[in-house]
Amino acid sequence: MTTPKEPTSLYDAPPDFVFDPSRMASMMTRHGHGGWLGLKYRDHGEGWFELELPWREELVGMPESGVLASGPIISMMDNATSMAVWTRTGKFVPHATLDLRVDYMRAAVPGRDLIGHGECYKLTRTIAFIRGVAHDGDIDDPVAHVIGTFMATHGTYL
Amino acid sequence: MSHQNLPPYAEALGIAMDHDESGDPVLYVDFSDRILGRPGFLHGGALSGLMEMAGFAALRAELGRRGEEMRIKPVNIQVEFMRGGTEQRTFAMGKVTRAGRRVALVNVEAWQDDRNKQIALAQMKFLLSPAEG
Repeated sequence: MTTPKEPTSLYDAPPDFVFDPSRMASMMTRHGHGGWLGLKYRDHGEGWFELELPWREELVGMPESGVLASGPIISMMDNATSMAVWTRTGKFVPHATLDLRVDYMRAAVPGRDLIGHGECYKLTRTIAFIRGVAHDGDIDDPVAHVIGTFMATHGTYL
Repeated sequence: MSHQNLPPYAEALGIAMDHDESGDPVLYVDFSDRILGRPGFLHGGALSGLMEMAGFAALRAELGRRGEEMRIKPVNIQVEFMRGGTEQRTFAMGKVTRAGRRVALVNVEAWQDDRNKQIALAQMKFLLSPAEG
């Protein structure tokens, strides 16, 4: 018996692929940009998904203070909200980020891991509306808020 | 301008200064697995990261021309993704549209092989305050 080769991305997955958030997360956190960032899966539920971004020197945006660059925060939130969409559809739908707005409440504390909580709050046939919060332990003291949209590129969400 | 230092994040991704376009620094990043999103495409977050670096660089250049030492704090960024970035070199350049005493607005565009076909646009807002010491 041969075990099928584990796809490195959902986009390589067969059409009948059942969306499995934790399996999906392990692809995303091992390969490409998510892999380089060191993103880790935390938790998920219907319509939400959480990732973690461990602090490391290479991700620093302000060398004098050790504060994380905002690029990694955007990337984590892009991925967490993207996955949140699929926890809501219950299936994998190829999509692309249309827009993303990030509001920075405060600088991330140097040395502290960041948590990205992503939510999909509304689906239409082709647009997914998302929002999310990045924090370092206390969601009531957020580092950043994000809001944005994804568009289904092949097929529809509903 | 070219001696503006880029942070560890930029260096790790290979983001570097390309040239000046009438005083505005043009940054670039070569494609690698480190910035790969969905197969064959640039990750939107990595692209946003490049654009943010370009936005910061444009604002520092503008403040430098004015001879002002200011602390720069990002307030927010809005990114519009217009085309999927493919496996090639990506450029980004910021333009300061308004820099007053306290608030600065910077527009950033990103493109690949065709300068006239932007793959993304971003608008960034910064809070400015006098540098201490």
